[in-house]
Amino acid sequence: MNLTYLKMSPLEKFWFNFKAFFKRLPSSFAAFFKAIPKKLYKLWLAFAGIFLNIGRAARDGDWKTRTSFGVMGFGLICRKQYLRGILYLLFEVLFVLYMVFFGWKYLVKMGSLGEVACVEGKDPLTGITTYTYYDNSLLILLYSLLTIFIMAAFVYMWYQNVKGNLLSQQFVEAHLTLPTTKDDVHSYANENYHKSLLSIPMFGLVVFTILPIFFMIFIAFTNYDKAHMPPAELFQWSGFDNFVTVLGGGVSSNSKIFAYTFGEVLLWTIVWAFFATFTNYILGMVVAILINKKGIRFKKLWRTVLVITIAVPQFVSLMFMSQLLADQGLINKLLEKWGWINQAIPFLTDGTFARATVIIVNVWIGIPYSMLICTGILMNIPADLYESARIDGAGPVKAYMKITLPYMLHVTTPYLITQFIGNLNNFNVIFLLTGGAPSSLDMQNAGKTDLLITWLYKLTVSESQYGIASVIGIFTFAVVAVLSLILYNRSKSVKNEEEFM
Amino acid sequence: MEKKKFRSKKGAERVSLVLIYAILIIISLIWLIPFLMLIILSFRGEQVGMSVDYLFPKQWSFNNYVRLFTETKFLTWYGNTLLVSVIVTVVQTVIVLMTSYALSRLRFKLRKPLMNLMLILGMFPGFLSMTAVYFVLKEIGLTQNLLGLILVYSASSAMQYYICKGFFDTIPKSLDEAARIDGASRHTVFLKIILPLAKPIIIYTILTAFIAPWGEYMFSSFIMLGNDDKFTVAVGMKSWLDNATLMGQEGYFPIFCAAAVVVSIPITALFIWLQRYYVEGVTGGSVKG
Repeated sequence: MNLTYLKMSPLEKFWFNFKAFFKRLPSSFAAFFKAIPKKLYKLWLAFAGIFLNIGRAARDGDWKTRTSFGVMGFGLICRKQYLRGILYLLFEVLFVLYMVFFGWKYLVKMGSLGEVACVEGKDPLTGITTYTYYDNSLLILLYSLLTIFIMAAFVYMWYQNVKGNLLSQQFVEAHLTLPTTKDDVHSYANENYHKSLLSIPMFGLVVFTILPIFFMIFIAFTNYDKAHMPPAELFQWSGFDNFVTVLGGGVSSNSKIFAYTFGEVLLWTIVWAFFATFTNYILGMVVAILINKKGIRFKKLWRTVLVITIAVPQFVSLMFMSQLLADQGLINKLLEKWGWINQAIPFLTDGTFARATVIIVNVWIGIPYSMLICTGILMNIPADLYESARIDGAGPVKAYMKITLPYMLHVTTPYLITQFIGNLNNFNVIFLLTGGAPSSLDMQNAGKTDLLITWLYKLTVSESQYGIASVIGIFTFAVVAVLSLILYNRSKSVKNEEEFM
Repeated sequence: MEKKKFRSKKGAERVSLVLIYAILIIISLIWLIPFLMLIILSFRGEQVGMSVDYLFPKQWSFNNYVRLFTETKFLTWYGNTLLVSVIVTVVQTVIVLMTSYALSRLRFKLRKPLMNLMLILGMFPGFLSMTAVYFVLKEIGLTQNLLGLILVYSASSAMQYYICKGFFDTIPKSLDEAARIDGASRHTVFLKIILPLAKPIIIYTILTAFIAPWGEYMFSSFIMLGNDDKFTVAVGMKSWLDNATLMGQEGYFPIFCAAAVVVSIPITALFIWLQRYYVEGVTGGSVKG
């Protein structure tokens, strides 16, 4: 990087990188598409390798190995690797039972998401209307997905089984000793230790995070909403209709409103995340510098005062603040009594005021954290840097701009990025403070301070617009992913080209 | 001449010091006063609505605390939250330690893809998956159930490996290797060598895991929707705030304040006690690339 870049202030550098990212975008897209053939070739190689292994097992395998194509683990059991063999066999039996008695009947309905939801009938004896429920689109989708996951796991296990059987056969043919059951168990504390450590965490991740995310992505392509609520009603695949609605191209009257709301909320989300992150960061750093200044006594006391406020659960302080700042809240009442104002300040009920209020309250909540982080790093800045700056005639402001800020930005970029991403999805501060209020008639179920995540919450919990909510969720992901890509890009360039000192 | 210049400089420094003290005092007041107000309001004896134009109660009383424990479901909520957070703390700490050790010390084919996967998963808004999780829980009969909440909180804790892994990375690898040469298994190395050295980060993980359920609103309000016997404190107290009659006519505002004080005390105590580890964890984790 050239000299002009090094001379820029951090803000200019950020802007420079920001522009550079978008300038590079076409070429990086091109590079991405150019890389696709290579990736495909690699993928093809991997697949070819798999089929080659299977073919080899079919060709070279003896009858034991070949039998294990159908009866998993057969060869292993024959060669006295009982534990592994029996586990494979057990897995196969369970899989077949699952598919026959459960998975299959959902999987075949995945294309239609059910035919008959509910039949109304009369009990012939009592004459009471009865409802018989048949297909539940929701469960069909959920279990179909689960079945697909399990099938993928089965294919993987089956392949491992074929490979393992062939390997053990080759071991026997080469007159090597096969690992015994005891060795197998031992390996799970050594070379296979990662499997023992990670299986439970990954299981939780798959069932409670990955499967649900896939499910919601699929929901985005259905018309699941209030009018299509299982078990009484079915919902159907609807292609890209929800995406079109959110982007304003839909036929329904509120499609335009959705598009407008989405734009407004998205813009405010980004503005909010930017201000929330940087006000906290800069002010936290200033407080840390003040406390750290030479000659200031009771450093520990000042710090403890701020740290105590971290300990009070955030939701307590947020809800309390929302009460204090309400139109009829204590602060307005006190100000009125003292004669400072004539009518209540609409801290939380006027759009612009509310937006300012959430940012300011967020500063109040967040400064202690950023102060803590900055304190530790500030102490690491070599004192002689400041000394020489002072000798060169730099005042405290200049020293801050030229030494402290660049150093801090350099060291804490990862923290800033995680903060920024966290703020994009900062549910608590907005929801507990304003609840998204003040609501606006121009917007679909959203208010002036709603972020994408709180809007998503409202659309789901109170409006049951699941299809649309999923689309917004996917867009939120896209926004977060793109912004963090830009930021990570920048932090990499900082690391490579501008090693500090 | 020389001396005078010196003195004026010292004077300027003194002025700036005084200024800084003033700023620090103002800052401390801004940060502390709301909490003092919270405590003062919780002792308000007279039963009035929330829109009152004075801070100090006309009569001080413990009545709000008595009402809190006798008239409301607060004690149940408190118990729920405590139970959930204790179990989540244990499960989450174990999972985070296992994941971090595996990703820091063991080398396997899927290590990098796994870390990338978790990075990407972290970018999905957590609430997006909530509906699906809700139906999964409903199918196994765990909605409106504390066990369901515990499952949701602890299931994805692997994604919090980041700070802990950063800490493990700083423990010299030569320690592991020496033990491995002496014949210790990976498992033994983890239990006998790494864990004893990881005390600060274990405490940090415990502390953050324990505090999180107390402030979490989004998931718990959704899972416990409609069953106020299973609320956590955050959901329960928010339900008071949402009920205007409760806040207005029945004078729940001071009770709310009392509840806030009761919730804050143990966590604040714990926090001040373990502050050092928290600071280490936060500062350590924030500067690693």
